[in-house]
Amino acid sequence: MLDMLLSVWEWIQSQYLIWTVLKILIITVPLITAVAFYTYFERKVIGAMQIRVGPSRVGPLGLIQPFADVFKLLLKEIILPTNSNRYLFLLAPIIALTPAFAAWAVVPFNDFMVLADVDAGLIYVLALTSLGVYGIIIAGWASNSKYAFLGAMRAAAQAVSYEIAMGFSLVGVLILAGTMNLRQIVLAQQGGIFDWYWLPLLPLFMIYMISGVAETNRAPFDQAEGESEIVAGFHVEYSGSSFAVFFLAEYANMILISALTAILFMGGWLSPFEGVPVLGETFLAEGSIFWFLAKTVLFMFMFLWYRATFPRFRYDQIMRLGWKVLIPITMVWVMVAAMMTVLGFVVKGS
Amino acid sequence: MKRIIQYLRSLMLLELLKGMSLTMRHMFRPIITINYPEEKTPKSVRFRGLHALRRYPNGEERCIACKLCEAVCPALAITIESEQRDDGSRRTTRYDIDLFKCIFCGFCEESCPVDSIVETGILEYHMENREEAVMTKEKLLAIGDRYEAEIAENRNRDAAYR
Repeated sequence: MLDMLLSVWEWIQSQYLIWTVLKILIITVPLITAVAFYTYFERKVIGAMQIRVGPSRVGPLGLIQPFADVFKLLLKEIILPTNSNRYLFLLAPIIALTPAFAAWAVVPFNDFMVLADVDAGLIYVLALTSLGVYGIIIAGWASNSKYAFLGAMRAAAQAVSYEIAMGFSLVGVLILAGTMNLRQIVLAQQGGIFDWYWLPLLPLFMIYMISGVAETNRAPFDQAEGESEIVAGFHVEYSGSSFAVFFLAEYANMILISALTAILFMGGWLSPFEGVPVLGETFLAEGSIFWFLAKTVLFMFMFLWYRATFPRFRYDQIMRLGWKVLIPITMVWVMVAAMMTVLGFVVKGS
Repeated sequence: MKRIIQYLRSLMLLELLKGMSLTMRHMFRPIITINYPEEKTPKSVRFRGLHALRRYPNGEERCIACKLCEAVCPALAITIESEQRDDGSRRTTRYDIDLFKCIFCGFCEESCPVDSIVETGILEYHMENREEAVMTKEKLLAIGDRYEAEIAENRNRDAAYR
């Protein structure tokens, strides 16, 4: 019996296509589940921060709530606005969702668990996270509604300005690591918590987190949605499962940005106790997927924390912050990072 | 110089961190939500809920049809008709309170010389058609009979402050 299973397993691994599809499923299925529970987690955390309970009725502690929401959304009717461009209208959620999932292909969960260990990983991620905004723009355009259109315009302008700050803060990481392969970027950070890139690149780390929030259109940068000004922004006209797909994309993007922050600045799967005298000898010092997940969850929590704390930016304030504050700082710090590498303050990786 | 210090200060995001520490502190505070059907907030003995007509311990109804409540009612929710009973005492034949008109001000209760009409602590009730909103004498007496212990207890506790 065991021999048979093993031989089946070997056969699966030898079939490139099946094996790859299986790996994709191993990544996406937990990801979708994580999205479901992230919505629950968000409502619980924000509830606690406003000293109330959050969802507590469906299932023990309200744990079944995300599934109730999903089934509700799937069973509802999708309304197509009369004068909308119906093909683009239905295409837009898919365009928003695909990059959010596709970007996970290059995310290294630990030293060997990565779907595609490509050398241009960072560029691939940058390209795909930028693509997500097309879904939003097309959704706003195809809806043929003034609120959706305004939301789309805002999303476009915001994405253009924060993409630059985000890209520059990644340039800092590139300079220090000397590689675009995400796995090697993590390996270049080896040596304990103070060798991770958050310390030499502290301003870039902060800016990456801020522009990450802006990229995912989350509070306080949720101008594209802005429910108090433009109803729900780009997805006013969406209902039922097409809305659910936008929702899925937004949360998948948040998890992706959290994972990338962990990889680029917080040493990915590496342990913070590496090289610490006593703890350094125990299992805690070993890098593993659990460290990576713990760091990702930490940044995911930060997203919720921002949302519970900050009021929404005004539109001109967002533009001012992006162009006049974040971009100049990143430009200066990219030069500082270059100098640090040349003068040998930071050992260049690989 | 002042300006540079201000720039440096805002770059350190101190205000943002202050706000975030506030929300973090709140996260660990005890939750103040009351899960309504299972948990309820304490209710005053003077709570003005659904009305009731009371009886004396010997079973005689208290109401003597003086119509003071009808007169004092600011919403004109009370309608009373009375007749002489066989034993010569004056009693109501009709005592209706329209709950749609009633504003639960408690004046009827205050004006009653014999503590007959009272407002109980009942606040969870419903009706399935508009006619049921008119509380007839039978319904009011039935509520009074059912909750007499509670009504008497509440009035006793409040008596010292009246």
